[in-house]
Amino acid sequence: MTVTITVNGADHSLDIDPATPLLYVLRDDLELNGAKYGCGLGQCGACTVHIDGKPAFSCLTPIGAVAGRRIRTVEGLGSAEAPGLLQQAFEKEQAAQCGYCIAGMLMRAQALLDRNPDPDEVQIRAHMQTNLCRCGTHMRILRAIRRAVAMRKGVHSAQEVRP
Amino acid sequence: MSTPHPTSLSRRGFLTGGALVVSFALAPKAFAQLAGGGEGGAGPAVVAPDLKGSLKSTPWLDAWIRIDADGRVTVFTGKVELGQGIRTALTQVAAEELDILPAAITLVTADTERTPDEGLTAGSHSMQDSGTAIQNAAANVRMLLAAEAARDWGVAADRVTTGGDGSLHAPDGRSLPYGEVAARLSLHVQAVPDAPLRRPSDYRTLGLELPRVDIPAKLTGGPAYLHDMRLPGMLHARVVRGPSVGTSLQSPDLDAVARMPGVVRIVRQGGFLAVVAERQWTAIQALRHLQRAAYARTQSPLPADGTGDAVAATLKALPARDIPIMDTSDPAGPAVRSVKARYTRPWISHGSIGPSCAIARYVDGAMTVWTHSQGTFDVRRVVAELLGLPPEKVHAIHAEGAGCYGQNGADDVAADAAVIAKAMPGHPIRLQWMREQEFGWEPLGPGMMTELEAALGADNRIVSWRHAVWSNPHNNRPVGAGGVLAGNEADPPFPAPEGKPIPMPEGDGSRNSNPLYSFANTHVVYHFLKNMPVRVSALRSLGAHLNVFSIESMLDELAAGAGIDPLAIRLDHMRDERARDVMQAAADRFGWSKRPKGDGRRGCGMAFARYKNLGAYCAVAMEVEVDRETGRTLVRRAVAAVDCGQPANPDGVRNQIEGGLVQSLSWTGREAVRFAADRRASFDWSSYPILRFDDVPGSVEVVVMDRPGAPFLGTAEAAQGPSAAALANAIADATGVRLRDMPLSPERLKAALGPV
Repeated sequence: MTVTITVNGADHSLDIDPATPLLYVLRDDLELNGAKYGCGLGQCGACTVHIDGKPAFSCLTPIGAVAGRRIRTVEGLGSAEAPGLLQQAFEKEQAAQCGYCIAGMLMRAQALLDRNPDPDEVQIRAHMQTNLCRCGTHMRILRAIRRAVAMRKGVHSAQEVRP
Repeated sequence: MSTPHPTSLSRRGFLTGGALVVSFALAPKAFAQLAGGGEGGAGPAVVAPDLKGSLKSTPWLDAWIRIDADGRVTVFTGKVELGQGIRTALTQVAAEELDILPAAITLVTADTERTPDEGLTAGSHSMQDSGTAIQNAAANVRMLLAAEAARDWGVAADRVTTGGDGSLHAPDGRSLPYGEVAARLSLHVQAVPDAPLRRPSDYRTLGLELPRVDIPAKLTGGPAYLHDMRLPGMLHARVVRGPSVGTSLQSPDLDAVARMPGVVRIVRQGGFLAVVAERQWTAIQALRHLQRAAYARTQSPLPADGTGDAVAATLKALPARDIPIMDTSDPAGPAVRSVKARYTRPWISHGSIGPSCAIARYVDGAMTVWTHSQGTFDVRRVVAELLGLPPEKVHAIHAEGAGCYGQNGADDVAADAAVIAKAMPGHPIRLQWMREQEFGWEPLGPGMMTELEAALGADNRIVSWRHAVWSNPHNNRPVGAGGVLAGNEADPPFPAPEGKPIPMPEGDGSRNSNPLYSFANTHVVYHFLKNMPVRVSALRSLGAHLNVFSIESMLDELAAGAGIDPLAIRLDHMRDERARDVMQAAADRFGWSKRPKGDGRRGCGMAFARYKNLGAYCAVAMEVEVDRETGRTLVRRAVAAVDCGQPANPDGVRNQIEGGLVQSLSWTGREAVRFAADRRASFDWSSYPILRFDDVPGSVEVVVMDRPGAPFLGTAEAAQGPSAAALANAIADATGVRLRDMPLSPERLKAALGPV
C-alpha cells in the first residue's frame, strides 16, 4: 500500500508493507544514516527519532502508524556544515567514541531540551536513562547536554559547564 | 637481534625456564607476532629489525607516505578506527613529523590492496606500531626533502628548514613547496633508523587537542559506518542459526520462506544457512520464520550458570597446562601477617551497540569484503581459505563499525557475507547480525579465576607473593577458515584451531599477572586451560582485568589488616618512577590525603597498573556511596592519571580513559553472561544489563601526564584493571566488606552486608 510520511519537513510517498518498521524506511528508502539498528527491541535507543516532537524507537514503530505525522531525525537538527546547537555542544565536548549510539543520544536529549530548556542534572540523567552507550561516553554526553543548556542561555564560559 | 623491552625483563629477573625463553629464542618471529598485542596470526615478517614500529616489517617509505606534485599528502596505516580516535592521532603524528598542516593529509586505513599489513588493531598497539612507524617514516621523508632542496640550492642540508605548511626554506629566503621537491624524488626507498625527529619544543601539532576528524559525520547522520554503505543493486541478507554457539536448527521451514515475496535466494551450504531478500525487513521476517524451528545442542555442555563458585568449579574441572610466569627468590624476614584469597570473573559480552555487519561482492572471480574486523588482512586470509580463492583475489577493506572492544562478531559476519556473495555473483550483499545473534554467537571474554597468597613482614614489606591464574585462551582470533563460524559450518568443516596462550611479556590470561611492584619471593603461574566450554576470544585488556583486580585488591587487603594507607603500601613497593608519578598525580588530584574515611556508607579506593608492564601507566582513585538497604553502589567521583608517553592528542587520551573506566565499572559491577542448559541465556539488554546513565559516576576526571617526546605507549586498555580494583577497594573501605567475585553487584553486596 502507499504510505505518506513527513520526515524533516519533506513528504515521502512509499509503496510499502505498512508493518515495516520506520527504521528500515529511514535507512534503506530515504537513505538517512542517523537512526541506527541496535537491538530492534526498544532497549538501547540507537534508533531514536522524534514523532510529533516526542522521542520514539523507530525500530518498533510500523510505518503504517506514522502516516501524516511529523518525523524528525538527527539529520533534521543540522548538518556537518551547519550543525544545530546540540550538535555543536557534542562537537565541543568531543562527546563520541565509536559514535554508533550518538545520533540516538542527540535525539533523546533534544526531546528533553525542547520540553524543558533548563533541566537539572537529575532530570538529564533520568531522561537519558533509556539510551545505552557501550564505550562509556556517558560523562561527555552529560557534559554536552549541559553545555547546550548553557549555550542556549547565552553562557559560553567553558568553566560554567565543565565540572 | 633485539628484544622489545630487555631492560625491564632482565631487571625484573623473570624466570628463564618458562614461556619467555621461547620468545627470546624466536625473537624476530615472536616480535612480529607482537604486532597487535600478540593476538591474531604471525603477522608480517620482520625484514628490517633495526627500524622502529611497523617499519620493521614494511620499511619502504612510499608504503606509508606519498606526496603528490601538487603537495597533497596521503598517509597509509594498517591500523583502523574503532572509535578510539586513532585516525586523528595518526594524522597528528604524520603532520608533526612531516611538518605540514593536518588538513593537508588524507589518511588511508587498513586495506589489503593499499596499506601495510600491521596485523590486528588491538592490544593498545596502534600508537607503538603504526604511530611510531609513521613518525619515523615522516622524519625520513622530511629529511629526504630537505636534502634534495639543499642540493638544489647548493646549501648544507642542515641549513634547510621547514615552514609547517609544506614548504622548505633556505637561509637566504628561497623556498620550495614539498610537492615540487617530492616530484624529483623516489620515496620507494627503505627508511633509515636515525632520521632525526622534531624536537618536542618545536611541536606544532603533536600534543594538541584537535577535534576528532570522524566526529562531525557521526553527529549529523553523515556516512560514518560500514552500515551506512549502499552499493548499486545491493541485497540484504540474514544468516540463520540457532540461539547460540553450539546449537543447530532442526528442519527450518525453507519452503515457506522460499515462497515469501521479496525473498531472492536461500543459500544453504553444509551447515551454513542464509536468506537473501530485496528489502531488509523481508530478510528479517524470513529469518524469524526460519528461527521457529526446534534447535538441538551440538557441542559439549556449557558452564554452570552463576558467578563466583560456579566460575571456579567450571575452570578447575578443565585440564590445565601450567606455565611458569615469574619466580623470584629473595632473602626476606618472616611473615607476620598473610592473606589468601580467590578472585573470579564471569564470562563477559563485548556488547557492541551495533550488531556486526559486512558487505561482500563477488565479480569475475574476485571477492571484495568491507569489514569492521580488527584484522582486515586476516579477513582476507580467512575468506580466501574458506572459499578456496587465491588470497590476491580477495580484497578486504576496513570500514568503521560500532565499538567492538575485542573480537565480537565482526570477523564471523564478514565470512558469512562472503559465502553468500560467492553464491550470488554480481550482487553486493549486505549482512547484519541481529541483536540476539551478536549476544549468542560472538566469542565472549573468558571467565577467569585467580588465587593469591601474600604475606607482610614486620617492617610492613611484602615478604612473599603467590599468584595463580586459571584461564582459557584469550586469543582465538581467526587467521584461517576454522576461526569463523561459517568455516565450522562448511562441508567438510574447517575445524576450530586449538587454543594457544600468548607468551609473556604480553600474555593473555597471564597478562599483568606479573606484578610491577618489587615484592620478595614472587611466584606466578598460569594454569592455561586449552579446552573452551564457551566460545571465547579477546575482550579489551584480556587477563589484565582480573589479574590487576586481584593484585590491587590483595594489596588493600594486606594494607587494611596492617593499618597501612593504600597509597603508601603501593609507593613503598614501587621503584618505577613513572608508576610512582601517576599514583601520586591521581592521589593529589583526588585529594587522597584528605579523603573522607570509610564510615559504613561512603569510602574511597585506589588502584594502579602499567598495562602489560610495557604500556601505559594508569592509576585510579574513586569515592563510592553504598546504599546498605539495596546494596547499590554509586561512584560519586573518580580520578584517573595516565602516562602513555607523548600524548598525540590529550583529549583523545582522556576520552579513552574515561570510557575505559566507565566500561570497567559496568563489567565489574554488574555484568555476567547467563547460561541455560543448552544455550546462552543472555540474548538482549534485559538479560544482559549494562550500566545506564543513572549509574555512571558523578564525575570522572583524567590527568594526562606530560611526557614530551617520550615513546608512544598506547592508551585504550589501561583503565580496565585499575578501575575494577579501585571499585572493590572503595566498597571495602566504605563497608568493611571485601567482594572478590565479579560482578560486585547490589545483590552480592547486600548479601555480604547482611540485615540492615
